[in-house]
Amino acid sequence: MDFSLPTEPMNHKRKNPDPSPDSDESTTQLSSPFPDEVLERVLSLLNSRKDRNSVSLVCKDWYDAERWSRTHVFIGNCYSVSPEILTRRFPNIRSVTLKGKPRFSDFDLVPPKWGAYVHSWLLVFATKYHFLEELRLKRMTVSDENLKLLALSFPNFKALSLLSCDGFSTDGLASITTHCKNLTELDIQENDIDDKSGKWLSCFPENFMSLEVLNFANLNSDVNFEALERLVSRCKSLKVLKVNENMTLEQLHRLLVLAPHLRELGTGSLLQELTPRQHSELKSAFNNCKNLNMLSGFYEVTSIFLPVLYPACTSLTFLNLSYAALRSDELSNLLVHCPLLQRLWVLDSVEDEGLEAVGSNCPLLEELRVFPASDPFEDEILHGVTEAGFLAVSYGCKKLHYVLYFCRQMTNAAVATIVQNCPDFTHFRLCIMNPRQPDYQTNEPMDEAFGAVVKTCTKLRRLAVSGLLTDLTFEYIGKYANNLETLSVAFAGSSDRGMECVLKGCPKLRKLEIRDCPFGNAALLSSFRKYESMRSLWMSGCKVTMDGCRLLAQEMPRLNVEVIRECGNDGFQADKLYVYRSVAGPRKDAPSFVLTL
Amino acid sequence: MEVGSKKEKKMGFEETELRLGLPGNTGGSEGEVARKRGFSQTDTTTTVDLKLNLSSKEATAAGMNLNEKANTLQKEKNLLATDPAKPPAKAQVVGWPPVRSFRKNILAVQKGSSEESEKASGNAAFVKVSVDGAPYLRKVDLKMYQSYQELSDALGKMFSSFTIGTCGSQGMKDFMNESKLMDLLHSSDYVPTYEDKDGDWMLVGDVPWEMFVDSCKRVRIMKGTEAIGLAPRAMEKCKNRS
Repeated sequence: MDFSLPTEPMNHKRKNPDPSPDSDESTTQLSSPFPDEVLERVLSLLNSRKDRNSVSLVCKDWYDAERWSRTHVFIGNCYSVSPEILTRRFPNIRSVTLKGKPRFSDFDLVPPKWGAYVHSWLLVFATKYHFLEELRLKRMTVSDENLKLLALSFPNFKALSLLSCDGFSTDGLASITTHCKNLTELDIQENDIDDKSGKWLSCFPENFMSLEVLNFANLNSDVNFEALERLVSRCKSLKVLKVNENMTLEQLHRLLVLAPHLRELGTGSLLQELTPRQHSELKSAFNNCKNLNMLSGFYEVTSIFLPVLYPACTSLTFLNLSYAALRSDELSNLLVHCPLLQRLWVLDSVEDEGLEAVGSNCPLLEELRVFPASDPFEDEILHGVTEAGFLAVSYGCKKLHYVLYFCRQMTNAAVATIVQNCPDFTHFRLCIMNPRQPDYQTNEPMDEAFGAVVKTCTKLRRLAVSGLLTDLTFEYIGKYANNLETLSVAFAGSSDRGMECVLKGCPKLRKLEIRDCPFGNAALLSSFRKYESMRSLWMSGCKVTMDGCRLLAQEMPRLNVEVIRECGNDGFQADKLYVYRSVAGPRKDAPSFVLTL
Repeated sequence: MEVGSKKEKKMGFEETELRLGLPGNTGGSEGEVARKRGFSQTDTTTTVDLKLNLSSKEATAAGMNLNEKANTLQKEKNLLATDPAKPPAKAQVVGWPPVRSFRKNILAVQKGSSEESEKASGNAAFVKVSVDGAPYLRKVDLKMYQSYQELSDALGKMFSSFTIGTCGSQGMKDFMNESKLMDLLHSSDYVPTYEDKDGDWMLVGDVPWEMFVDSCKRVRIMKGTEAIGLAPRAMEKCKNRS
């Protein structure tokens, strides 16, 4: 065991000045027999959040040792704790993950300027976490000033990941690329960003070479290709490169030649015509990428291009085709070359036939996501998948445990068979796109389908339900889903009883998000203590009233009970309710349309 | 040609009348199947109330903000209550299906560009064909066919799992026979209708094939009982012609 002190700067550790019963000699047998340094050293090997939380509850010594040795912290709801409380407890944090807005903000259900500002966090981090290296933000509001502060405050800063955030522009990115000399990761995904120009890429200094991850797939402005080329050739450790759709095949080829060691590649748009020479050059470049295990991008791909990828597909474990409207035959031909595939994201343009090919060719598949290719509310060509496709996958892919499936029809019988084939589901997210649609063969509600899921899949942690559902579905969920942590419900249920059943059961429930269901105050208040054991509750378009919410707030002072009021609201109904536990008290930055009760 | 009569509001009103009180959704697809089979309305009628845009005042408070957004959405998409093939209700549910707006936007752009390139090809006459109760639409190039018979055969194959009724066997010109037309319309068999350049909905078989190909914008194969409102005008036009 290595007893040497860590070489990187660390806050000087002091013994707890307050004598406490635990450190008294008479109770030695209860407290740790090891010196603090040893305990900390051991605990620093623990990475799991759950383990660390358990450790911190053993005794005061362990609590202290854990808090000094923790370097990464995950905050699932930025309003559940304050930066002051965080930095007081954990002095040596190097990596922070922060999540902000409720998930339904992804679907435009949360008005802009709702909150989740990273600003107050950064201000505190700038003084308390001088050695911060990583910041990962999801659904937070970030400004260009924030990014500049970030770039200038942390000399060791290495990794920035922004997912589903808003409030910044490419100017903010330029601050990062200009000033962060030790940057290894820049991951900008699906943000509501003011995309002014691609100049940020040219701001990397000419001697900068530490980049390992670069993802700008969702940015639309052109970057200077020569600057990108030079960057890629300098950064020998580059593992992940995801370019935007403006990259041509020629440019892609040049990048591949420079970086054959890539593990993850995101292509640009693949529509250009290729001469035979270009075709074979590109194919050979892909052939040289022996470490490639993830491919994504594929904006507007043509059939002619796909065979170029075949040599690279043999080692693929993750294929993200969710921006490419492939046909079933195109997918089928591609999958023949991907025997090791574990994760596959596709559009429903591949139809059931395409999914049959998945079942036939990908025995190691663990995760499948099928997104809708067209907006079903527009009168467009609707390709689609049905229960047949899902069934076919379940017969061929016995290791399947994560599914997100947008479909146009489903039956109870099919779902029952699917979970019999694949009982190890941990994430079952089924979206029958027509709200309240019954089993199309029997015209019955889809209760038995989800009943089968929760009864059979004992490891289930995440569930999203859809179709015509009565309270029976929720009785099943409450009774059987003992490991369920996240439940998403829309246009379902018959009465308060449904929600009551879920709240009375589901002992591990952490996140409950509900929209457009007939659940009212009785349901909301039926098990109000439960909300303290959960991260959050979202209810919109339901039947709760302001009075009901006020009652909840009264009963549970340690919960933040927030109602989003929108214009036209009569002041009686609580349109959008967001309830979450917090040790930081009510929000200080709530906008006028958010009422904290 | 009675251009004036084509614009009668009456038809539009009838179209909406057919849809009043129908829970959940639309005339376009599997929703209709659900509706006929005793699908019961729930209390959260945000989708029902919003659907017609006529009963917006009756929308519940919970649905009010949805309604406003719905109105804007409706204007943007230029949906008309008189247009039977567009499913008005569906467009008005905010944030559904739960796909990140980011993903939706990308595909809309892609589709836009591919459709433009198809239109530019000039020698094709692509129209969308929908069949009530079918979960998908198809796009067909009318110029690939020389007659109504060929078209109906092709459509029959494409939508083979659904009963298209007599329009497959005897050709669509049979609709000109009034008694047959009435029989058909009162049965539950399917009736092919199309939207012409003026935005009016006509029965297929009304006009000579070439004229049809030139004026047809989209085809909808409706349930016979729903096409009743179209029949009298089609009959009128035929009588006037002969």
